[in-house]
Amino acid sequence: MVSQISIIAGRGRDGRCDRIERLDLNMGDVVSVVGRTGSGKTTLINDIELFADGDTPTGRRILFDGVPAAPEDRDDPSRNPIALITQHTTFLSDLPVTEFLVTHARIRARSQAAAQALVAETLMFANQLTGEPINPGSRMTELSGGQTRALLIADATVICDTPIVLLDEVENAGINRTRALELLRRHKRIFIFVTHDPRIALLSDRRIVMSEGRITDVLETDEEEQAVAPAVTRLDDMLSHLRERLRGGLRVSRADLEVA
Amino acid sequence: MKLGIFAGPATTGKTAVIRHILTRLHNRGLAAAFLKIDVQFAEEDEQLAAEFGIPTRKVYSGELCPDHCNVMVLGDALAWAERSKAEVLLVETAGLCLRCSPYVDGGLGVVVLEATSGMNLPLKVGPMLSLADVAVVTKIDRVSQAEREVFRARIQDAAPEVAVREVNALHGIGIDPLVTRLLNYPDVSKNMLLRGNPPVGTCTICVGKKEIGWQAHFGVVRSLENQSFYRGE
Repeated sequence: MVSQISIIAGRGRDGRCDRIERLDLNMGDVVSVVGRTGSGKTTLINDIELFADGDTPTGRRILFDGVPAAPEDRDDPSRNPIALITQHTTFLSDLPVTEFLVTHARIRARSQAAAQALVAETLMFANQLTGEPINPGSRMTELSGGQTRALLIADATVICDTPIVLLDEVENAGINRTRALELLRRHKRIFIFVTHDPRIALLSDRRIVMSEGRITDVLETDEEEQAVAPAVTRLDDMLSHLRERLRGGLRVSRADLEVA
Repeated sequence: MKLGIFAGPATTGKTAVIRHILTRLHNRGLAAAFLKIDVQFAEEDEQLAAEFGIPTRKVYSGELCPDHCNVMVLGDALAWAERSKAEVLLVETAGLCLRCSPYVDGGLGVVVLEATSGMNLPLKVGPMLSLADVAVVTKIDRVSQAEREVFRARIQDAAPEVAVREVNALHGIGIDPLVTRLLNYPDVSKNMLLRGNPPVGTCTICVGKKEIGWQAHFGVVRSLENQSFYRGE
């Protein structure tokens, strides 16, 4: 199992080099990729997903435990160490949820019983991230946006069991982010979030800063930021609380601003 | 002359894959020619001629099955490619009826399938997949990791001998091994044979009988309750 990936510097759109020569990400790291729209965040995680070896437009190279990926890892998705979830990734299957998950789990699991256990764990994981629990009998295509995102993350984490999970701006999709980060940290992986969300950025161990297609900085979350994080979380929870009340057809009052 | 035949349903990315192969052939200084076989509309020949400055042609099969058309014209096409001083001929064909395959012994056979076409597609496309050398899977970024894995497993179930290759046809990643395979094939001989057994050719519907119901037909007939019928590749 891969326990480290390394990004070897490439170039931005202006031809200037990434500011870091080499960046190592280790098992258990939670990393955010931040930057304005068009700054190259998605390109960076595409490089990772494509096992770039100097053959993408940026010229970056990605190493797994210090070496380029083996061709078999690219060819066989069940050996691919990376799961990528983007805003566009979706389920196309109209199978009922349980049947779909069992179909997937059977490829990975050794026995029918092991597959069933994986499916149960995946559903439990997903249901902790979404507002409305997933009905295992519903068709995949009937799930809401939030439920779909939650199930994609749960499936990638529990059934695929890949050491590296890339999440491209999934925070907008109605999932419980605090819960997600807690659960994800418990499953030791390398998580890379492309995010505009201050909460996710500050709860990460470090953040890769992008501009004009290149990596301009890598910031460790420092002590002051760690101290600020709970306050940001409270603000965010307050907004979530307001959102939930408004969604539920309720009125809001000054008292709702005190709720954390 | 090396020959590569590319089949697959419409809009799966056959031309995108071929474009990346042409770039790599060009970089290695190899002269290529391109033939497109389609039913009623295609402009890939003009696009690729403009992009790569290589000899290209197209054939419309019209009322004829495109795979049938392929068998008819492939010999002429090789002679044309040779006259055009090409060292590699790439043929792109619309695989349509799922009963035959367009591949020939002695040439690389590639089926291009898109991951977005659903997990059951590999079980449905028959000899177009099972007689290929390589199944290229495109549009992998659009579907869940789960469906990618199931799609691949289903290809292996339906065609255990076929090599599966996921490619990113946008960036051209995963293309190099295809080029290597193509160039490692021996040169094609003049007497090429269609790969595999063709389906039964005496079909009352193919010859124009339109009445519904097996009672109106002869040859290979089958009632709803009868489970035995002709099995090809």
